[in-house]
Amino acid sequence: MSDLFGAPLSVINVGLAQFAEPIRAAGANVVDVEWAPPAHDEDIARALARLVNRADIEAANQTAFGRYLAAQPTLKGVGIARDVLDGLGERMILHSGPPITWDEMCAPVRGAIAGACVYEGWAETPAEAETLAGSGEISFAPCHHFGAVGPMAGIISPSMPLWIIEDPVHDHTTFSNLNEGLGKVLRFGANSPDVIAHLEWMRDVLAPALVATLETLGDLELKPIMAQALHMGDEVHNRNGAASALLIKRLIPAALDAGLDAKTLSDVVTFINSNDHFFLNLSMAACKSMLDAAHGVPGSSLVTAMARNGVNFGIRVSGLGDTWFEAPASIIDGLFFPGYSTADANPDLGDSSITETCGIGAFAMAASPAIVQFVGGTASDALANSRRMGHITFGRNTAFTLPALDFMATPAGIDIRKVVDTGIAPVINTGIAHREAGIGQVGAGITHAPLTCFSAAVAALAETFVD
Amino acid sequence: MNMGTRIIADMYRDSVALMKISSAITLLDGVSQASCIMATPANLDLLREAGLIDGDPGARPNEVLIAVEAETDTALGAALDAAEAELRADPVIADGGGDVSEPLRSIEMALDANVDANFTLIATPGPFAAAEAFKSVRLGLNVMMFSDNVSIEDELALKTQADQAGLMVMGPDCGTAIIDGSPLGFANVVRRGDIGIVAASGTGLQQVSCLIDAAGCGVSQAIGTGGRDLDSRIGGITTKRAITSLGADPDTKIIVLISKPPAPDVAKAVLEHAVATGKPVVACLLGHTPSEPSLSGVSFASTLEEAAYLAIAASGATGNKPGGLIEAALPGLNADRRYLRALYSGGTFCYEALTMLGGTLDAVYSNTSSTGIQTLTDPWTSTAHTVLDLGDDLFTRGRPHPMIDHRLRNDRIVAEAQDPDTAVILFDVVLGHGSHEDPVAAMAPALSAVPGQKDGGPVLLGFVCGTGGDPQGLTRQREAMADLGVLVADNNAQAVRTAAAILESAQ
Repeated sequence: MSDLFGAPLSVINVGLAQFAEPIRAAGANVVDVEWAPPAHDEDIARALARLVNRADIEAANQTAFGRYLAAQPTLKGVGIARDVLDGLGERMILHSGPPITWDEMCAPVRGAIAGACVYEGWAETPAEAETLAGSGEISFAPCHHFGAVGPMAGIISPSMPLWIIEDPVHDHTTFSNLNEGLGKVLRFGANSPDVIAHLEWMRDVLAPALVATLETLGDLELKPIMAQALHMGDEVHNRNGAASALLIKRLIPAALDAGLDAKTLSDVVTFINSNDHFFLNLSMAACKSMLDAAHGVPGSSLVTAMARNGVNFGIRVSGLGDTWFEAPASIIDGLFFPGYSTADANPDLGDSSITETCGIGAFAMAASPAIVQFVGGTASDALANSRRMGHITFGRNTAFTLPALDFMATPAGIDIRKVVDTGIAPVINTGIAHREAGIGQVGAGITHAPLTCFSAAVAALAETFVD
Repeated sequence: MNMGTRIIADMYRDSVALMKISSAITLLDGVSQASCIMATPANLDLLREAGLIDGDPGARPNEVLIAVEAETDTALGAALDAAEAELRADPVIADGGGDVSEPLRSIEMALDANVDANFTLIATPGPFAAAEAFKSVRLGLNVMMFSDNVSIEDELALKTQADQAGLMVMGPDCGTAIIDGSPLGFANVVRRGDIGIVAASGTGLQQVSCLIDAAGCGVSQAIGTGGRDLDSRIGGITTKRAITSLGADPDTKIIVLISKPPAPDVAKAVLEHAVATGKPVVACLLGHTPSEPSLSGVSFASTLEEAAYLAIAASGATGNKPGGLIEAALPGLNADRRYLRALYSGGTFCYEALTMLGGTLDAVYSNTSSTGIQTLTDPWTSTAHTVLDLGDDLFTRGRPHPMIDHRLRNDRIVAEAQDPDTAVILFDVVLGHGSHEDPVAAMAPALSAVPGQKDGGPVLLGFVCGTGGDPQGLTRQREAMADLGVLVADNNAQAVRTAAAILESAQ
């Protein structure tokens, strides 16, 4: 039957497994699809069908992915938010995740905002700050709307110091706040006087010291550090011990030459050295840099941001402009610190899932098998997670490789079509915040991006094509 | 000595991996020194000390620098190429422990796992089936849609897109096919041979292929098109493509076309298309009065039985001559029993019976419309002569098809037997992959509950559509029917004629 099939019959069997056996018995090749209705929604399934294997989408994705790969996030320095963020209002506070109003915000984010108001001198006490924040006098916006990212509550207020990351290839700048360390910290909603005092120290001592150090050091490209850390047991989201150590290795000689006084040098080095997550915010801003490069390619189905505000999970798609596609944020499966349980957990929170969007974090879980222990998994589960993500991504990033998978490049470029078609949700490693403000981190674990964000994006992308 | 460098941008490799490549390149003919490094200042210093580079090669810390010293330009170029190829090679993914296999969750994922795939068999709920079919066509796959409940607009769009892409869409509502000897969907195990079948009717395809098998002949390909393909809105897109394929297929000597009533203009176009292949054509277009009697090369058959007979003859064998009755003596009728009650699981059998009875019996009622047939107002209750398609959506809503689940028909058999007007209960038994594993056993409780003829009961009359190769066994099923007191016909047309003869003899 040459002109019909041109090759021996080879079947993909969709829907009824019993149909495969007679075909197999007759000697033909047959594979079974474990089919489930895409998004359990007929309209989404039809929208998806229109988007599969389109030359224009493939070309757009190639462009977006090429830009993502070419981006070269480079640490340039540290600056104060009001000086470096274009359009930041004088009384504006940035938060993680998609847009949200004060009334809808979760307690840790409210607590952090109250702390930021006190830190900025807009209120005397957190209680007064909450009244102010609810009064409408403070405006709120996602960090992402300013090229920035922040872990957990992700709070950036005008006088906070920010990392400045430049991508010279695309002449684009991204930002993140500085990691405060562990314990009682603003990003988990703590706002007591010691938390505020620590933020002031970061602004008044740490930031100038870093400015001087980075001036001495010069430009620092971040991808090589991330790549190396992946070979040292980090996945550069929930484990940053190696990357933080590699960063300190670079910073200390420069800090010694930067003319800092002995006390400052000692305090700064001690602080950085005590925080295994110090690199996290740089990792996030670097990921934001790579993904911003990929954003805004008409027709592209690649995800350029995944972020949570503690109430909703949102994604952005390269070809769909600034729209957020949202769904309720999940509760995280994980291990809890002594005395805490799932009942204490706030729903998924923070911009740090930018790392997974970028092909690291949980996507590079094979690099960091210890992570799966949070959910009682085995090392082979970690490898399986990295492999599985390859089924929903456009390509692989050869800049980031996974030793345990024979140096396989990490899967990257989440394709909304593949997510909806396979029902495989992007996996995310994350810390767990207490649902009450100020208690802090209560555990860590693994969660998945809600599929409905992706199906809504598929529907929207289909609308942009007439045929 | 020739020295050269090459920069591989934006790549990170572990120093051990790079040393491994360096040492392999050093061993190449004509190469005296080679090194691959991450181009950090410290590493660049090392290369300078080794005399492999001079000055600033312009590489950055996130780039791999290949530096080679070789005896000739050719060797230098070859070494740089070899190093780059090695760096860019896709790693063979080692099984680092754990389960590598992942369930295939989409057609695209299956295509990644089975790159040779050329066909999708879709049996999902109807509303999603069209989406999966569109996807398949976009991915360059031929399609068989077992699913029904697909709109005619979708069917037209699918078939048009497929045709433009050089692909075939069989269905929707394509229950059966045999491609390259593989039974697809509800198909019988049929010997391979030189008869190609194109059918817009599932049970029609099954009946003809089974009768061909019984005569010792075989089928090259049996292509289902879906019941609406010869509708004027579809225009026979799949039928024509299938005919073209069979025309080009060296293993196909005879082409058989089967359908329920086609749109006349579509029938004409399709027949002309078939004639153009130059191969003998047998056409069984039930309910269609050929307006093209002079179309040379086409033999028209009025029943599936006749279609099989003509195809068998064209294949050089001799089949059972059509038009006869069952060999056993016809039974008489009891008392006032005077009506036929035909309970079909196969839609085409129902339709064929209606076309045969329409001019023979008075007052035939059905849930299927046909010339001279009256529509039942309540299909759950029989009136006069009643011929039912129990595979109709009306009966299958919320329950499996009667070829799989016999409960509905069993209940109806018992009910008909209790009706004093019922003279003959006629039914089909369809074998093959997908059908009930032992259909006569499943019907036995109902059949044995019908009073025998000597006890004043109605005549039980049935036939089996199947082959000796089918998992259920043709002979075993026929014998089981006979043991239950059923008169067993060879095929539907013979059963219908026999029923008519029994009714006539009583008048």
